[in-house]
Amino acid sequence: MEYTVLILLLPFLSFILIGLLGTKLKPVAAGAFGTVVTGAVALLSYWTAFSFFGAGRNADGVYQTQIPWNAEWLPFGDSLHIDLGILLDPISVMMLVVISTVSFMVHIYSFGYMKGETGFQRYYSFLSLFTMSMLGLVVATNIFQMYIFWELVGVSSYLLIGFYYTKKEAVAASKKAFIVTRFADLGFLIGILIYGFYTGSFSFTPDSEVIGTAKVFLPLALGLMFIGGAGKSAMFPLHIWLPDAMEGPTPVSALIHAATMVVAGVYLVARMFPLFIGYAPEVLHVTAYVGAFTALYAAVVACVQSDIKRVLAFSTISQIGFMIVSLGVCTSADPHAGGLGYMASMFHLFTHAMFKALLFLGAGCIIHAVHSNEMSAMGGLRKYMPVTHVTFLVACLAIAGIWPLSGFFSKDEILAACFDFSPIMGWVMTFIAGLTAFYMFRLYYNIFWGRENKELHAEHKPHEAPLTMTVPLIFLALVTLAAGWIPFGEFVSSNGQAYHIHIDWSVAAVSLCVAAAGIALATWMYLREDRKVADSLATRFSGLHKAAYHRFYIDEIYQFITHRIIFACISTPIAWFDRHVVDGFMNLLAWISNKASWLIRGMQSGYVQRYGIWFLGGALGLTIVLLLI
Amino acid sequence: MDYSAIFTYMYTEIALIGVTVAALLYDLIAGRRGRKYFHGIMCGVLLLFIGATVFPYHKETAEIFGGMYIYSPISGVVKSLLAIGTLLVFLQADKWLGQKDTEIKRGEFYVLTLSTLIGMDFMISAGHFMMFFIGLELASVPMACLVAFDKYKHNSAEAGAKFILSALFASGLMLYGISFLYGTTGTLYFDDMTAGIDGSALQILSLVFFFTGLGFKLSLVPFHLWTADTYEGAPTAVTSYLSVVSKAAAAFALMVILIKVFAPVVEYWQALLYIVIILSITIGNLFALRQKNLKRFMAFSSISQAGYIMLGVISGTPYGMTTLIFYVLVYMAANLAAFGVINTVEQNSGGKVGMDDYNGLYKTNPKLAVIMTLALFSLAGIPPFAGFFSKFFIFAAAFEQGFHVLVFIALINTVISLYYYLLIVKAMFINRNDAPVATFRSDGSTRISLLLCLAGIIILGLASCIFDGINLYTFGI
Repeated sequence: MEYTVLILLLPFLSFILIGLLGTKLKPVAAGAFGTVVTGAVALLSYWTAFSFFGAGRNADGVYQTQIPWNAEWLPFGDSLHIDLGILLDPISVMMLVVISTVSFMVHIYSFGYMKGETGFQRYYSFLSLFTMSMLGLVVATNIFQMYIFWELVGVSSYLLIGFYYTKKEAVAASKKAFIVTRFADLGFLIGILIYGFYTGSFSFTPDSEVIGTAKVFLPLALGLMFIGGAGKSAMFPLHIWLPDAMEGPTPVSALIHAATMVVAGVYLVARMFPLFIGYAPEVLHVTAYVGAFTALYAAVVACVQSDIKRVLAFSTISQIGFMIVSLGVCTSADPHAGGLGYMASMFHLFTHAMFKALLFLGAGCIIHAVHSNEMSAMGGLRKYMPVTHVTFLVACLAIAGIWPLSGFFSKDEILAACFDFSPIMGWVMTFIAGLTAFYMFRLYYNIFWGRENKELHAEHKPHEAPLTMTVPLIFLALVTLAAGWIPFGEFVSSNGQAYHIHIDWSVAAVSLCVAAAGIALATWMYLREDRKVADSLATRFSGLHKAAYHRFYIDEIYQFITHRIIFACISTPIAWFDRHVVDGFMNLLAWISNKASWLIRGMQSGYVQRYGIWFLGGALGLTIVLLLI
Repeated sequence: MDYSAIFTYMYTEIALIGVTVAALLYDLIAGRRGRKYFHGIMCGVLLLFIGATVFPYHKETAEIFGGMYIYSPISGVVKSLLAIGTLLVFLQADKWLGQKDTEIKRGEFYVLTLSTLIGMDFMISAGHFMMFFIGLELASVPMACLVAFDKYKHNSAEAGAKFILSALFASGLMLYGISFLYGTTGTLYFDDMTAGIDGSALQILSLVFFFTGLGFKLSLVPFHLWTADTYEGAPTAVTSYLSVVSKAAAAFALMVILIKVFAPVVEYWQALLYIVIILSITIGNLFALRQKNLKRFMAFSSISQAGYIMLGVISGTPYGMTTLIFYVLVYMAANLAAFGVINTVEQNSGGKVGMDDYNGLYKTNPKLAVIMTLALFSLAGIPPFAGFFSKFFIFAAAFEQGFHVLVFIALINTVISLYYYLLIVKAMFINRNDAPVATFRSDGSTRISLLLCLAGIIILGLASCIFDGINLYTFGI
């Protein structure tokens, strides 16, 4: 399966080519090239998945992990070396399919969305860079390669968020995203170094006898790695960059900040799952609590936001919380006894990627039509945009967890895993699922029903998006309709053995009821034009409403900590030290160099006889020095 | 005596002599028309030669001529490097050789250069001081002719005179030192001499005198004074040859002899190198700061680079040898790229080599400016270019052997060097110029050589297999 190398090489070439040619290339040519390449990557990924799973299980009943290509890149010692390679196992193959599919759809969609933008070529070359980095991340054969691509993903995300670099908010958002995730990655790097130091390898599966001595440090290393994952996956309190990242073009939000990059943290935990389960289960449970809190927090905030992309951003944070919780509640590697969450998490990752990309792309169509992100500019759009309306509704139903859409199946497994872990966790997550249904339908009604902004719409009549944008919507909607019926457990499970998904109807019934209640509440509050209930609630609980609208002032707290404490008390003195002591030393060095170079200029007189004297004098002088010491 | 051993182990030199004689004959019979193809043929033949000898054929060391000549795989590696450097210089020299007054001497350039290469090859394979000295002289005397190649130009003639006088002086001192060694030990064979080295004052004197000979070639302080004048006056192609190939051979030979012959007085030669390294790096840097002529500037830069190369020698370990060869390889790519740009700008702008002439080069010749920038970055040791890795490795080799202060001083000097390398970058990219070097298209073979150097600057550091590959051969030196 050496051809899998092409999956990384093709987007890389496309990045280099489009990037180097730049504006010499016609926008259409750049876009078409990038799209064709991504299409080819998608086909290759499907073929990889087909042949990987088609090869069947080996004698142990698991799909054989394959490394079609691997090169030792930087050796540090006998066992410690950084490799670059390609690792195929069920989750990496699954990720290949997800990433290449969404990326392909986004490439097509961007044709319509980004039409006429300056920097169209730059946009496509960055998309290629991102695709390459993300694919490289998931197929990494070792933790260090993963880290390299992890950073590359961060860079491409930074570049794409700041795509409209003349806009102040976009620049600020890109910086914020980069700095916050980079800060978290520091933890990741330290974790990797501790891991490498004590186990003597960067491999995902080190020898068990090596681990014996490193046992004490593994929880620390894994915990630090999770900090990196929490940064990328926007877990509380490192989530602050994701809502701002919505300043980037909407297709980018769909690809990077909904479907692929933000689940890198989930993927990291899944990748390290055997180590977590074997040596640090308590750390794993901590991640569950972090995930649960994040899911709750983000869901509450999502209920009151007025910018539709912000609602989706918080919904993404909340859903990633679900995935992390699901991994965190695992107590063993056996899917029949406490390991169900692993499969559920990966399943939800898969379905969520599809319907969340669909939601974002739908939001892109709406923004394209009304030229605003605010709900107040919308309302009643169902008449103008039928395709967007229907596909958006499908995605909303899926995320709310309504049978038979894909979200129902994956969320049901997650809830079942949570109830296995503890009833409290189960009920909390069920409640959040209800909130999810509520805020998604609040969003839906506010966009497509409810009070229409007639003045705005009269001035500029909303229209359905062009075909390049609606085709990806329809495709993703079909996937969302069908994906729940995939026997996911047959492909991915915590111990690699086949796991037959069976729906726990007691859990399912509860979650369906809660989801229906959430939808009903949203319908009651937001369907009609007057929205009396919603407005009166907002005024009655104005304190709570305001706090939630301002995301419980987490950004302001950060602002306070960074500006008042870190900048004022730590950075300023260090800056002074740097400016006066460090720079002063360098200036002194420069001054001495200049003086000395002026003083000794006579040595280079140009008279060859004097050179001879220096020559002999130097030799004799050196001899004397040597004999004296 | 079994003559087959000569062909088995001395294949590089024999092939090279063959190439040289063929070039000589071709020059005689070719005439005006044949000379048109001379460049292409020469580069092709040299490429074939490199292809045939680039990897050492034998994995063991062997002595022939009763120990006068020693074959070792690592010397084979070094010889390949020298040949590659020579090829790059040939590629860059075409345009200059094509001028009216040098066209007729084209053959001489090739033959003289190849003669010095033969000399260096013998020098680094020597097992006997006589052999070593003959090789050294074979590398020096034709070099003087090369330096004075543009003999009707005042600068070139002056440079040639200064070079040959300094070379004579250095050789004289060295021979004097060798004669002392012979007097105290009774032998000139490297292997036998070690037993007789006891560290007496006379032997320390002869160690220093011997060192001056190679110190001259490497232009280490205080034996460096000829460098600036010679580099400035010599034709640029010759300067680049002098700064890279000649230095590489000398550095390797020095390390081998110090380790082999002077092993009993290791603390003496380490102290000697310690002083010379600090002097070379610092003084080279201090002079480079004030230069206005780019060739003179490169001369001082190469003096300080020679100091860094010596860090590999001072470690005295096989790992140090690896770092030394790797450093030289990377230095070759970067320095030849810089000289290639200087050369092609000089040839295409009517002899502009001043630093002010480079103001605004980016506007008119962006590709050359970028190559020059990357070459200077590599020389300064900025990651991710190869120069960073080579500096890192060579510092590590010296650090491992306990030369902490020395490495620290070298590190401070890299900061200073960064300043003057960036001055040129600033000139090219930022400084304004009302009359910049006009836009031109370099000749094909220069472009090829620049591309090769560029590839070297970028790839050598990242492809760890190259360093590891060299490391395979440096056993048991």
